Amino acid sequence: MTGGRKLLGHVALLLPPFGWLTVFYLGSLFILLLSAFWQVDSMSGEMIHEWTLDNFRVLVTDETYRIIAERTIGIAALVTVTDIILAWPLAYVIARKVGPRMKLFLLVLVALPLWSSMLARIYAWRLILGHDGVLNWFLRSAGLPEQSFAFTNVALWIVFTYLWLPFMLMPLISAIERIPASLLDAAGDMGATPFQTFRTVIFPLAIPGMAAGSVFTFAVTLGEYVTPMLVGGAGSEFIGNVVYSNVGVSGNIPFAAAFSMILLVVIGAYMLVARRFGAFDGA
Amino acid sequence: MKGFSALFLATCCTALVTQARAADLPASIGKGEGDLSVVAWEGYADDAWVKPFEQQTGCKVHRKYVGSSDEMVALTRMGGGKGFDVVSASGDAALRMIFGKNVQPVNISLIPAYADIMPELQEPSFNTVKGVHYGVSYEWGPNVLMWNTKAIKDAPTSWSVIYDKAHAGVITVPDNPIQIADAALYLSHTKPELGISDPYELTQPQMDAVVALLKEQRPLVKKYWALASDEVDLFKSGDAQVGAAWPYQANTLRAAGVPVQDTIPSEGATGWADTWMISTHAAHPNCAYMWINHVMTPKVQAQQALSFGETPANTKACAEMDATQPGSCKQYHADASAAYFSTIKFWKTPVKQCGNGQNNCLDYSAWQRAWQQVKQ
Repeated sequence: MTGGRKLLGHVALLLPPFGWLTVFYLGSLFILLLSAFWQVDSMSGEMIHEWTLDNFRVLVTDETYRIIAERTIGIAALVTVTDIILAWPLAYVIARKVGPRMKLFLLVLVALPLWSSMLARIYAWRLILGHDGVLNWFLRSAGLPEQSFAFTNVALWIVFTYLWLPFMLMPLISAIERIPASLLDAAGDMGATPFQTFRTVIFPLAIPGMAAGSVFTFAVTLGEYVTPMLVGGAGSEFIGNVVYSNVGVSGNIPFAAAFSMILLVVIGAYMLVARRFGAFDGA
Repeated sequence: MKGFSALFLATCCTALVTQARAADLPASIGKGEGDLSVVAWEGYADDAWVKPFEQQTGCKVHRKYVGSSDEMVALTRMGGGKGFDVVSASGDAALRMIFGKNVQPVNISLIPAYADIMPELQEPSFNTVKGVHYGVSYEWGPNVLMWNTKAIKDAPTSWSVIYDKAHAGVITVPDNPIQIADAALYLSHTKPELGISDPYELTQPQMDAVVALLKEQRPLVKKYWALASDEVDLFKSGDAQVGAAWPYQANTLRAAGVPVQDTIPSEGATGWADTWMISTHAAHPNCAYMWINHVMTPKVQAQQALSFGETPANTKACAEMDATQPGSCKQYHADASAAYFSTIKFWKTPVKQCGNGQNNCLDYSAWQRAWQQVKQ
């Protein structure tokens, strides 16, 4: 009797979150999937509910969309690698080299940018990289040649790397923290050089942290469209921009749905890979 | 079969028209509802004439600005078209809104200024279908070539500068499929063998040539601008020095002290003719009619013309323009509008039917795909 009550209680507890996920998340994903097989009348903007693979045919045959997908995935991968490289020294220092007060202070510094609006930070980069921006002002004063990164893919790379660095840092710090000091001592006792210790002990044990961080940096960059719009230039379109302009500008939701399917597939595949590397194993 | 569908279409249209004529054209303008949602081009709902309107009518104006006709159409269709009352649609968007049933017929007898509108714009094909008015023509103007006079000393006279490698990295053009028409207009002069007679009626081979030109242009482009304010920022920071613009950006930049000049190049220009239209689902129809009457007064027509750099539809605005800025009536061709009007290739929605009776032209969805190919 009490067992049955208990079970009922568990079900009641689980129902709201699961119901929410099913209706609002899986439900909308399902509608998205459906509409990818519809079309839109270009003059009246009305949806034509006839099954067609036309959207996918255009996606596959027109090399434009292949180029855009490759650019999106390529930059997301580049940003992830850059963030890993940039995060390591700082994460190592925060996790193992400083006292608790200093650690707290540094962690606050890392999180501080997240308290301000992302749009404001992207616009700040426009002011830094612009033709008569801060960076060129420094270069001019130093007698160096001026840069023209503004509105290029280089600008995109810089801004993305900056935006998502904290999301790589945090999991990496906690991964390095969790490495038992005894393992490092043992490596030292066995005569390993500091580099050997890093290569054979610290780095492999921090892989779950990097995998968890890369889920943020890779997946979030993949789905972005605001940053390419603001700091990208000609030839900086992301999948998200094509989706955005098909929804918000040309009103072609079926085509947008078809293209976003590719995003879902790529992110799904990446999640599976990240899981193999232990991205979701405990915190 | 073809005959049948034509007949069917004709019946449909007749039904639509009779329905529109008989049904709910308001006989008078009632009391204002207190609010008005406006979807408009940047610079089309300026405080200079919005504030007096709010004071006179008690209709509080809520503005939403757009940077392209596509965006405007998308915005008016969002939420079943219930989110706005009036929209300032250009010719290429207006027809799409009429066919999408997003806008309602307008009783022009409630618009006193209608009688003063220049004849070409009283019932143009883009806002009057089979004698039913779906809006009131507002203002019109050309897409101009704009450049920074400090960076480019010799005033350019041809659109060729925005395809010229000499200006690589400092060019900006609108992020808009209708921009294809600008390139088509340019090619109709430089490559007459393509046989482009109307830049909005392109066959596949003609479109291929235009896309090839635009793809060559892409590496030279710093940024495709989506909003007029984007282009203003680009010229202010020096990231762009030459590009396709509206007179509005040139006026805004000059007011901010940026040395720019604008011109209609020798090949001519594309342009827009805008119409104020009322939503089918307008929640505030009385305020909507009051708004149209307000912006059609010679005073607002002149203010709008001068601030945006365009030509008013109301022929009585000339005196008001000269009173504010002597010589401006002539400068914006408000005195001899008919001759100037015919030189501009006004935006219209590309459809399969070419003007010459052929059916092998590309429709707008093909234009949108081509533009995506250009931008990559």
